[in-house]
Amino acid sequence: MSLARSAVAVGVKEMRQIGRDRRTLLILLFVPAFFLLVYGYALNFDIRNVRLAVLDQDRSSASRELVAAFVNSGYFQLVGNLTASGEVNDVIDHDEARAVLVVPAGFGDDAATGRPTRVQLIINGDNANTATTVMAYGQSLVAAQSARYEMQARLRRVSGQPTGVGEVATSGAGRARPPSLTVEPRVWYNPELRSTLFLVPGLIAYIAMLTSVVSTALSIVREKEAGTMEQIRMSPVGPVAYVVGKTLPYFAIGLVSALGIVWLSMLLFDLPMRGSWTLLVASIALFLVGALGIGLLISTVAETQQVAFQIALLSSYLPTLMLSGFIFPIASMPVALQQVTYLVPARYFLVALRAIVLKGVGLTAFWPQLVALAVFAAALLGLASLRLRRQWA
Amino acid sequence: MNAIEVRQLTRRFGDFTAVDDLSFSVGRGEIFGFLGSNGAGKSTTIRMLCGLLRPSSGTAVVGGVDVGADPEGVKRRIGYMSQRFSLYEALTVDQNITFFGGVYGLGRERLEARRAFVLEMAGLRGREKTLTRTLSAGWRQRLALGCAILHEPPIVFLDEPTGGVDPLSRRRFWLLIDQLADEGITILVTTHYLDEAEHCHRIAVIDAGRLAAMGTVAELKQLLAGRPIVEVRAGEPVAAMRALEAMPEVEKTSMFGTTVHAVLRAAGAAPGHLVGRLQEAGVAVSSCEVVEPSLEDVFLDLVERSAS
Ligand SMILES: Nc1ncnc2c1ncn2[C@@H]1O[C@H](COP(=O)(O)OP(=O)(O)OP(=O)(O)O)[C@@H](O)[C@H]1O
Ligand SMILES: [Mg+2]
Repeated sequence: MSLARSAVAVGVKEMRQIGRDRRTLLILLFVPAFFLLVYGYALNFDIRNVRLAVLDQDRSSASRELVAAFVNSGYFQLVGNLTASGEVNDVIDHDEARAVLVVPAGFGDDAATGRPTRVQLIINGDNANTATTVMAYGQSLVAAQSARYEMQARLRRVSGQPTGVGEVATSGAGRARPPSLTVEPRVWYNPELRSTLFLVPGLIAYIAMLTSVVSTALSIVREKEAGTMEQIRMSPVGPVAYVVGKTLPYFAIGLVSALGIVWLSMLLFDLPMRGSWTLLVASIALFLVGALGIGLLISTVAETQQVAFQIALLSSYLPTLMLSGFIFPIASMPVALQQVTYLVPARYFLVALRAIVLKGVGLTAFWPQLVALAVFAAALLGLASLRLRRQWA
Repeated sequence: MNAIEVRQLTRRFGDFTAVDDLSFSVGRGEIFGFLGSNGAGKSTTIRMLCGLLRPSSGTAVVGGVDVGADPEGVKRRIGYMSQRFSLYEALTVDQNITFFGGVYGLGRERLEARRAFVLEMAGLRGREKTLTRTLSAGWRQRLALGCAILHEPPIVFLDEPTGGVDPLSRRRFWLLIDQLADEGITILVTTHYLDEAEHCHRIAVIDAGRLAAMGTVAELKQLLAGRPIVEVRAGEPVAAMRALEAMPEVEKTSMFGTTVHAVLRAAGAAPGHLVGRLQEAGVAVSSCEVVEPSLEDVFLDLVERSAS
């Protein structure tokens, strides 16, 4: 009895069962896409009337002009004038303002003389996408204002020195000179400014947990409960053929679903996909194999589907959401929790995927992550097959 | 050569001995019954014979293959069916047959021939596309049997194959078993039902992992030879039982539906004698006669004897 033939028999059977269970199939294939759409669009809506507080330490006509430019843009709504820098924390923490514009003393003088100067825009980053948008608004407003100061300062110089005309022309064309006014954005609570695009690798990890861990564990434990597992163990089908046939369909579904998310994100949210597709597929496959290992391991421990589901939830699903850097940045976790994240495979997966998709860097940048994933996959599969082999006969 | 040869088979789980020094053999084409209470060790024995569980000691040769040495070799030569009719409920009748055909490596032509045979045997023609979940228990049972013998194994193990099935389906099932045996297939079947045990050519009574008795139904009934069984019908069977137990010539009593069976210590005691004394004790007796021992009488006798 060839191994391949039994594996095919088991795989075809599994596919038919999955096909019969439409609800589960829909969950596996479409829930991640649904998540993507909901999050992606909800977070991308144009933002208006962002509550803005101002800390004007300059109190010059130039600073008032800048604040007016913010308010008149329609994007910002002035909710208060602060008098001390200590108040910045308060208004952000109590969500009285989503952003605070800090104009330092001496701003007006610098602007008048055309010297480079800075203002600070503090943005509440708890919602990554809002923060990105707000920052973009702030930057464009400041850029416009900066251009005006520069022009005014030059005109003043031009009226004194006729030779300066050429200078205006060249600098206007070259745009190489740094603008005299720059904004220095500080995004609090989410310094990486993760956006929809950052969601994609996390969603793929989520899919892997759903398909590979939860579905694999449940489908094997279901066979234990129904007694069909014992029936198969009585047959010449060995544990290897059984596991291969049993897990391949979920591997395929996981891969299709994950690549679907990438494709959908490219289509709808301009995901760049800067890196190599081969590396992408290889990384996803590696992560999926590790996840299958967890699913198998759980199925050798749990005797009922309920127990299997709970173990899967606690051991993989929640850590993937909470401890991988998907929802909460690892850097902002308590130190003890940061140590725990090293045990979460998704942590490495997210780094690798972001490197491939968003940065387009090569293997040299993230091979340690891939090695970590490979170690996880080998250890989990090894342990699972050891346990299964012992239970099989 | 016998189809199954078991020598001093023993299986321990920790300190607990589930199967204790079991020896028996089953001939080709024989229907061999395993009779025992819950937890007697029937399933554990079958699992060892099928190569699923390693014996702690002893040997078993099934279909000429030593189970301990080559468990995988045994799996090819046997069919197995459990009480749970382990089929895939979400698949159709046809898909279940296809799956088990694939598992046993049947080629396309042979699979189609066997599919036709199983559908015919189980009476499932015209229901090929029916979901197994929606079949009644009788049909599921016959389909499970069909899937277990799809690869035409010379030896078939049936572990409580008739649980939860109506009497008519059970009768039909046993007809199928008789047919298989006629074709030379060896069958080892476990059951709780004593009436089913009567279908078996030979029976092994297992009690607490040990072989309590073995033989044909007639041979087993001989175990009660010299100790007649008196069946008493009375208005108040419980009172009758108490009164009988107080009598010195009565070894023990047991309830059979609404009647009471009393095992007498020796032959010769006249039933009429008992009636008189029962009436003296205030029990209204409607009948009292010596009956042939049933298998149940034998079983209860064996189990109680080993318990004391
Ligand atoms: N894997 C195991 N580990 C520990 N004890 C076990 C194991 N398998 C069976 N047993 C015990 O061995 C004894 C015999 O079990 P077995 O299933 O063989 O009984 P059985 O005769 O088939 O009973 P039933 O009629 O209820 O099916 C039981 O007491 C059971 O608890
Ligand atoms: Mg049993």
